[in-house]
Amino acid sequence: MALSPEEVAELARLARIELTREELEHLAPQLDVILESVAHVADVAADDIPPTSHALPLTNVFREDVVVPSLPLEDVLAGAPASDLDRFRVPRILGDA
Amino acid sequence: MSDLLTSTAAELAAMIASGETSSVEVTQTHLDRITAVDGEIHAFLHVDGERALAGAAAVDAKIKSGQQVGPLAGVPLALKDVLTYTGAPTTCGSRILQGWHPPYNATVTQRLLDADLVILGKTNMDEFAMGSSTENSAYGPTRNPWDTDRIPGGSGGGSAAALAAFEAPLAIGTDTGGSIRQPAAVTGTVGVKPTYGGTSRYGLVALASSLDQPGPCARTVLDAALLHEVIAGHDPRDSTSIDSPVPAVVEAARSGGIAGMRIGVVTELGGEGYAAGVQQRFDESVALLASLGAEIVEVSCPHFRYALPAYYLILPSEASSNLAKFDAMRFGLRVDDDGTLSAEQVMAATREAGFGAEVKRRIIIGTYALSSGYYDAYYGQAQKVRTLISRDFDAAFAAVDVLVSPTTPTTAFKLGERIDDPMAMYMNDLCTIPSNLAGNASASFPIGLDDGLPVGLQVMAPPLADDRLYRVGAALERSLQATWGGPLLNQISPLEVAR
Amino acid sequence: MSQTYPLQQAYKDHLVEEVVSYDDALAAFDPVLGLEVHVELNTASKMFCGCSTEFGAEPNTQTCPVCLGLPGSLPVVNAKAIESAIRIGLALNCSIAEWCRFARKNYFYPDMPKNYQISQYDEPIAFDGWTEVEVDGKAYRIGIERAHMEEDTGKSLHVGGATGRIHGADYSLLDYNRSGVPLIEIVTKPITGTGDKAPQVARAYVQMLRDLLRALGVSDVRMEQGSLRCDANVSLRPSPEAPLGTRTETKNVNSLRSVERAVRYEITRQAALLSAGGRVKQETRHWQEGSGTTSSGRSKEQAEEYRYFPDPDLVPVAPSREWVEQLRGTLPELPTERLKRVSAEWGFSEMEMRDVVSAGAVNAIMATVAAGASPQSARKWWLTELARRANERGVDLEDTGVTPAQVAEIQAMVEAGTINDKLARQVFDGVLAGEGGPAEVVTARGLAVVSDDTALGAAVDAAIAANPAVADKIRGGKVQAAGALIGAVMKELRGQGDAARIRELILTKLG
Ligand SMILES: [Mg+2]
Ligand SMILES: [Zn+2]
Repeated sequence: MALSPEEVAELARLARIELTREELEHLAPQLDVILESVAHVADVAADDIPPTSHALPLTNVFREDVVVPSLPLEDVLAGAPASDLDRFRVPRILGDA
Repeated sequence: MSDLLTSTAAELAAMIASGETSSVEVTQTHLDRITAVDGEIHAFLHVDGERALAGAAAVDAKIKSGQQVGPLAGVPLALKDVLTYTGAPTTCGSRILQGWHPPYNATVTQRLLDADLVILGKTNMDEFAMGSSTENSAYGPTRNPWDTDRIPGGSGGGSAAALAAFEAPLAIGTDTGGSIRQPAAVTGTVGVKPTYGGTSRYGLVALASSLDQPGPCARTVLDAALLHEVIAGHDPRDSTSIDSPVPAVVEAARSGGIAGMRIGVVTELGGEGYAAGVQQRFDESVALLASLGAEIVEVSCPHFRYALPAYYLILPSEASSNLAKFDAMRFGLRVDDDGTLSAEQVMAATREAGFGAEVKRRIIIGTYALSSGYYDAYYGQAQKVRTLISRDFDAAFAAVDVLVSPTTPTTAFKLGERIDDPMAMYMNDLCTIPSNLAGNASASFPIGLDDGLPVGLQVMAPPLADDRLYRVGAALERSLQATWGGPLLNQISPLEVAR
Repeated sequence: MSQTYPLQQAYKDHLVEEVVSYDDALAAFDPVLGLEVHVELNTASKMFCGCSTEFGAEPNTQTCPVCLGLPGSLPVVNAKAIESAIRIGLALNCSIAEWCRFARKNYFYPDMPKNYQISQYDEPIAFDGWTEVEVDGKAYRIGIERAHMEEDTGKSLHVGGATGRIHGADYSLLDYNRSGVPLIEIVTKPITGTGDKAPQVARAYVQMLRDLLRALGVSDVRMEQGSLRCDANVSLRPSPEAPLGTRTETKNVNSLRSVERAVRYEITRQAALLSAGGRVKQETRHWQEGSGTTSSGRSKEQAEEYRYFPDPDLVPVAPSREWVEQLRGTLPELPTERLKRVSAEWGFSEMEMRDVVSAGAVNAIMATVAAGASPQSARKWWLTELARRANERGVDLEDTGVTPAQVAEIQAMVEAGTINDKLARQVFDGVLAGEGGPAEVVTARGLAVVSDDTALGAAVDAAIAANPAVADKIRGGKVQAAGALIGAVMKELRGQGDAARIRELILTKLG
């Protein structure tokens, strides 16, 4: 299941991390070791075992539909790298054409 | 060293409440200690003495005016930098959050403030709690006060080191795979991971949501229990918070009675691969527990050996999603925004610059494990293993009241020793991970030294039976301290860390 | 997703595409539809936090750590949203899950604060239902695949560049007030057997859904505000026996009229491609309201890998059967039942009723009748005057700007003799021109029928004087000749005379 630097690059693209060439080459073998080790989960888990997504069996945790005060606008924007017209300013967004 | 530094939190609270000392004096003494030793230990990322003293003065005034205060009122505390606290930066040990001041308090933080504890500052940690050595902090490693060439454990190495270096009598940690217990073990302190859902995760910057749990760190079992009681309990802001009474942990810590208790030694967590000295201290402690009236049985949990691989799939999967929000758009670091790059490119450049190597490794693994085509083989299988581990626990707890094991296979290793060998690093968490996967309560207590370095014993209890941890911990503490002639930390050499 | 704007590149694409006639397309191919409708629920607070959902607030004033996705924040499910989801599911004859979870749909987009959307994946709260619509007197049963819960995203404002559109913009500004507003996504099974009625069936379905959601009271269903949004999947196959063809998904179809037009356009576009030996590319397309066409968007080959997994921050939803049955008891009369009921009450002919349904006038007529007008008069105004105006403006019938209450008011004035049908048209003009309500328009424009005898008498006298021959005929007993004199009087009074009174006066004076 050896991961090539190209496959790692594609995963990094999905994860929005612009890895350098050196990082890709350094990471790929490390990831191989890790993946080989974790693949052992397949050794025991049979079809009839239900998966567990939550540690404790809670269900139906809801809140009432009640409006509570929002954050003050200055707190909302205080941590923004950039803002303008009371909005978060971000670099141009590529469309999906 | 001032008595105020070596006193327990319970003692300090009593002295503050009686007027024998003041919270301001206790706080100032700890701030001075931080100034003296933290250059070498680097337990803290951020200290706000002025604010701490103001808080202390407010508590003193409250006490003077005769108002009701909690059992830890006025006691200083160190907060792991993964919990939000307004007016202070929250960095999670990452460059990507440099300078971020959250606009809200974590529920745990708010409960500390409401109980009149004094927050000294924020402690160092592995970046986003990924690590077992605190070497993955973007702000430099924390050193183990027992031997400053060694790691203090991780991810909560800062909180544990602050306790061991007498910079704070109490601290808060968070435990995803052992981040409270493993640092406690290697620094000779007490660390408790409550039952999942026992303490609120609201305001805890998520690593792996289904595993993370805040908990108390202290130098004594009673102090940990008192702190546990302050921070625990239902929180409507956290959907995974349990809506039932907090187990009677303080009562259990005061009692320490274990006569008739059935204690299971987990076959799979010990023996080969465990340092001889660690195993020896552990065996002695088990014998001690037997001599105190506990019934010792050996219990097999056959699927625990699959806990590590399952954990290292579930954690990175959840983390890859949890860490997606660090994208340079709304808060935190933003690089290369020169007007020519798109949002997508700025995100990728910022995440490249802002995340460290371990974080990137785990995000990539998680992205892989969740991808269609791999999901069933990795994430899906890991979740099945999780079921099997829970079943092992269920079967074990049907036969015994608690389970015990060494907390870690070895004592503290040297800084840099495992930093580029992820699998060797991951082995630290071998014993602690099963409780995170199953969600049950678990703790580490100091049981002695191996070659001058602390060894910890792990106790695991069923969900919502957190009190049993404290009962066993208190029994051990009492007997062992009688043997040692005082707390284990008295043996720290040299006691005055920074000369 | 963000409001995406017409795309320049895509615009170029469609210019080179040939379109065959609709009849030719249908002669050669069998269309299959699939409709995905996103509905914003009208809960007071958001899906996972207590921020208000009120429309139109100042930017970012309805946000908090949760809906901004700040580190450490956690979602808690709004009980009302679950209740609405179950009621929608029941109204669409769905099974309600006994146990289901929220999942994270992971992809990066600046309008989505956490860079994952909390949605449902393989465990929707409602699934496997059906509903029915009628087109030209024929009923079409539409299978419902699923209805699931999710959260809305923020909105982006694209700044700079030539067009203010996403492409060519210098930067964008984000407002997260809509972020976290609860959404229900309703997905049909493939809709087959509609033949040349496919566009109308699509429209009728969305309209039925809109009426249903309104009747349930779970959404404001304002398509123009984006609280109901439709994505239309269209594919063609050579015959009903052939396997399904490659489909396209047209986004952004935000009016009933556009649903019909978009489906119709896609059928002709795909037919042209296939007829010319080409193939349909599986892709997202964007509806261009102005040109009435669709343009190419993201192709499926570059599609994101969403890496769905159960959201560990939220616990499973397991609605008890008691709760589900209790909610079933709260369902109002559903649009199809209501249609059966009103068509009996109104007493229209089958043909009249069919016209009403295909014009989408059922609700409007119901509301107008409720406001006091007779069914026949309500039908007359909506199907003539207002249908024509809606058509001229390219809007849905209910969006002309005249309300059912105003139509009833106008009809009441006609029946009271204050105005006549001809004047009524001018009143509609005035109301649509924003001159106020019907009464204000009548006053301001001086449209009231002249019925006082002094004014009418003078005009009648003048008409008799000007038309002596006609007057003589009437005097001679040819009463039907009065019509010519009435016409002359009306002309004098610019149509505002009370015709009945004028006739009486003429006959009295010449009797
Ligand atoms: Mg969706
Ligand atoms: Zn909010």
